Amino acid sequence: MGLTRQSSGFKTNTVSFLKGVPAKEDLVIALAGNPNTGKSTVFNALTGLNQHTGNWPGKTVLHAEGRYIYQGMVFKLVDLPGTYSLLANSVEEQVAGDYLCFAGPDATVVVVDATCLERNLNLVLQVLEITPRVVVCVNLVDEARRKKIRIDLDLLAQELGVPVVGAAARNGEGLNQLLSAIAGVACRRISTSPHLVRYGGLVENLLAAIDPAIKELFGDHFGSRWLALRLLDGDQAVIAAIREWLGGSKISRVKKGDQRQGGKLRYEPGFCSQAGGPAQRG
Amino acid sequence: MVKVRQDLNLPGGLISLYDLPLGRSAVVNSIGAQGLARRRMMDLGLVPGTRVNALRCSPAGDPKAFKIRGAVIAFRKEEARRILVELKER
Repeated sequence: MGLTRQSSGFKTNTVSFLKGVPAKEDLVIALAGNPNTGKSTVFNALTGLNQHTGNWPGKTVLHAEGRYIYQGMVFKLVDLPGTYSLLANSVEEQVAGDYLCFAGPDATVVVVDATCLERNLNLVLQVLEITPRVVVCVNLVDEARRKKIRIDLDLLAQELGVPVVGAAARNGEGLNQLLSAIAGVACRRISTSPHLVRYGGLVENLLAAIDPAIKELFGDHFGSRWLALRLLDGDQAVIAAIREWLGGSKISRVKKGDQRQGGKLRYEPGFCSQAGGPAQRG
Repeated sequence: MVKVRQDLNLPGGLISLYDLPLGRSAVVNSIGAQGLARRRMMDLGLVPGTRVNALRCSPAGDPKAFKIRGAVIAFRKEEARRILVELKER
């Protein structure tokens, strides 16, 4: 759960990902996932570092970085704080969301807990909205085996449209497959076709209406669908981040559109009971 | 027999999650919370149609713990009162 933005102060997160896109000589890999799924364990196993692992909320509020070499290429691994969602309820979620959206890593590994997979897929679907270059790492498969949980990794990969690798980072199981999947996705050798949540008529129409304006402002630099959804949501944190990214000049038009359409969306009666799915917006 | 709170004036068959007896399970009908709390509940997998089990109760009766999509989550009374569930056995 972690700290809310109110409790920790709005200015706690002083590191901004908006200013500098990471250097391109390394391939940048982001590591996202729910709290307690073993992101930091995967991070240590891949980099050989000994970053602190521990079980309490908010452990990794600011990101940790490490490098490793695989097939002659240098990969920079960025450990993001654990979150259930990227919708900026807390400092951690804002850090993770901003990083994935604005820093544009070459690939994102979403670490999920094999023992409660369903609950983790919400975050996977949100990440897929931001970037298609995702590898899902189903961690703790040893724990799942002990609980007699069997996971059909091939079917999951087929449904999500991205590579899925089973791993037990604690004892090194599956790490080679993970490394090769990451390299494949980051170098675009593996093509992905991410499963996107469809939100039904009203929302999809609005998305189609504002998508051209967003594409015009940002190009294909990052997930325009994600940004459009956040603007429809009236997400102030994302609006502030976009303003900073653009240097404040071009924002007014998009924002005006957002308030008009966002307002309509929020007061639509019965909207929330119609829309289904884990990433439902209220 | 489940005792339904009369003062809430709920539509038939619905009770608040807070009133779900321990050991019973029900299906989420709607979430009355707004803003961040609503967002957070939905992020935890609490959307209409989700099955919820009432697991345990703290000595004072508040908070109560529920099993939601494989995870145990505790809600305070004021949070649980805002979630409407339908008693439907599996």
